[in-house]
Amino acid sequence: MKAKHPLKIQNLTIAYGEKVIQRDLNFTVNTGDIFVIIGGNGSGKSTLMRSLVGLQPPTQGTVLYEGLDFWNVDHAEHERIKRRLGVMFQGGALWSSLTLAENLALPLNQYTDLSPGLVDEIVSLKLALVGLAGYGDFYPAELSGGMKKRASLARAMALDPDILLIDEPSAGLDPLNARHLDNLILELRESLGTTIVLVTHELPSILGICNNSVFLDAETRTMIDSGNPKEAVHSGDPKVRTFLTRGEA
Amino acid sequence: MSRDDNRERWQLQTSRTGGNGLEVAFTGRWCMDQALPFPDRLAAELADGIDRLTFKTDLSSWDSGFLAFISRLLKLCEERKIRVEREGLPEGVRQLLAMAEAAPVQKLAGTGQSDESLLFRMGSAMLAVFRDGPAMLGFLGEIIISFSRLATGKIRMRWGDLWWEVEEAGPRALLIVSVISFLVGLILAYLGADQLRMVGAQIFIADLVAIGMVREVGALMTGVIIAGRTGSAFAAKLGTMQVNEEIDAFRTLGISPIDFLVLPRMVALILMVPLLTLYASFVGILAGLLISTTIFGIGLFEYYNQTVAALDLSHFMVGLVKGTVYGSVVAYSGCLRGMQCGRNATAVGEAATSAVVTGILLITISASVLTVFFYQLGI
Repeated sequence: MKAKHPLKIQNLTIAYGEKVIQRDLNFTVNTGDIFVIIGGNGSGKSTLMRSLVGLQPPTQGTVLYEGLDFWNVDHAEHERIKRRLGVMFQGGALWSSLTLAENLALPLNQYTDLSPGLVDEIVSLKLALVGLAGYGDFYPAELSGGMKKRASLARAMALDPDILLIDEPSAGLDPLNARHLDNLILELRESLGTTIVLVTHELPSILGICNNSVFLDAETRTMIDSGNPKEAVHSGDPKVRTFLTRGEA
Repeated sequence: MSRDDNRERWQLQTSRTGGNGLEVAFTGRWCMDQALPFPDRLAAELADGIDRLTFKTDLSSWDSGFLAFISRLLKLCEERKIRVEREGLPEGVRQLLAMAEAAPVQKLAGTGQSDESLLFRMGSAMLAVFRDGPAMLGFLGEIIISFSRLATGKIRMRWGDLWWEVEEAGPRALLIVSVISFLVGLILAYLGADQLRMVGAQIFIADLVAIGMVREVGALMTGVIIAGRTGSAFAAKLGTMQVNEEIDAFRTLGISPIDFLVLPRMVALILMVPLLTLYASFVGILAGLLISTTIFGIGLFEYYNQTVAALDLSHFMVGLVKGTVYGSVVAYSGCLRGMQCGRNATAVGEAATSAVVTGILLITISASVLTVFFYQLGI
């Protein structure tokens, strides 16, 4: 049984030294959500994502994964939680000296006792799921931007994470590839039941596949709205409305 | 996270069904946190006249480990032309398999699939070295043209860039040059003392250290230090600019990256390495003086007079010429490898390594040529 609220943020403040990036964040991600963190440039979306994946400790507040305080549990528990998260970075962050197959096999070899044959089979399957069947022997440098994104998604899914955190999946992709990636995220959620947290600017993605959201404001440095983004188009906050309608409403 | 709560182990059973059918039954947990079986263990049963495979599942949980098992099993059945009925599999497994099978398969092999023989790889490496020759000459030609443009005033040097490179290559290298030169001077003094003691000529330690440091070792050690420190930095910086397409941006604007990026670096090292060579020689001589006076009992003024008598202007000239040449070849190697860098993170590392190797190789070759040259001239 999966927990009803795999991720809960309570009174979270993140800062670089004296400079507060976001403060007093409170939101909950439900199981099976495609949750999007929305906000303009410089609003701290990626910094919040870094805090959620264990790269940027918060100044105040808690990040709860299934009720466990991610930043205050002991080291072993912290690492165990991290293994249940899959992270796809904005630039792909594929290891350039490894082939795609090696990129995917590394976490499997590190954290499971599976036989090499089964690891190879999982790698082939994951690559096929993201539309990269037969690309196992390619190095990241030999791939286009869209392929790198998909390969990065395959690596993020390697260990079948409970929560997949994705930073700007469609950035730099053409509309067709962006839509393909959105569909892929939807299908993965349907088939594996994975909870997905996205950071994106892309309105088609936000309004097309996401069912829950938080809106971060760069000016006030805190969240100004949350909930289903399709409903947020009619939000009482003019900033949210303007953002989601590109200023046309 | 919740999956760890249930530790029930995987179970697998097979049974023959009517005619030539085989039913595979899965129960328990089929998750990757256990050592799951490899499907080839069923190969013998599948070979036993089976023409139809069915599934029965009663799983408490499953993940990609189970999916991979089924996927491999399907491939075995396909090889043996066994009909598979997937109805007994969980809905999610069938969906994911359908998704994976719908993806077109890339037929071309990537460069990661390399099964060439050692001989082939050695031959390819040799060919790459020969192909590198024209590229190196071409780059040298571009630098010479750039210098001629600078001399005729057709391009303007960005003085800020030049001084920044001068500061990086010169004053910031003083500490490491001091340490290495001091230790080399110390080694020369000990080496000389040991040999010269046998003929009662320990005072000639001063000649050995002074001439050795000023003519050869000062320039050589400075060249090697600068190759490792500054040459690799040049390659890494230009390589990163190559990865970020900054060099392409210069080219599309019609600005020569050689004029803008390579020239200041070349000028900085041509100016700084001879000065560092002089400094290294001075520190080496100081180390020799310190050791000779404190360990081997040679008088301070005696050592000083012997050093002054041993050195003449030609020795300094030889050292300065060598320093200038070494500075040039290090700057050339660093900039060449940086400009030749590929477009990924690994390539930047390779460029930095290659810059140091090329730099030291060119220093060694030019040291040999210059030594013979000055010998022939009687200098």
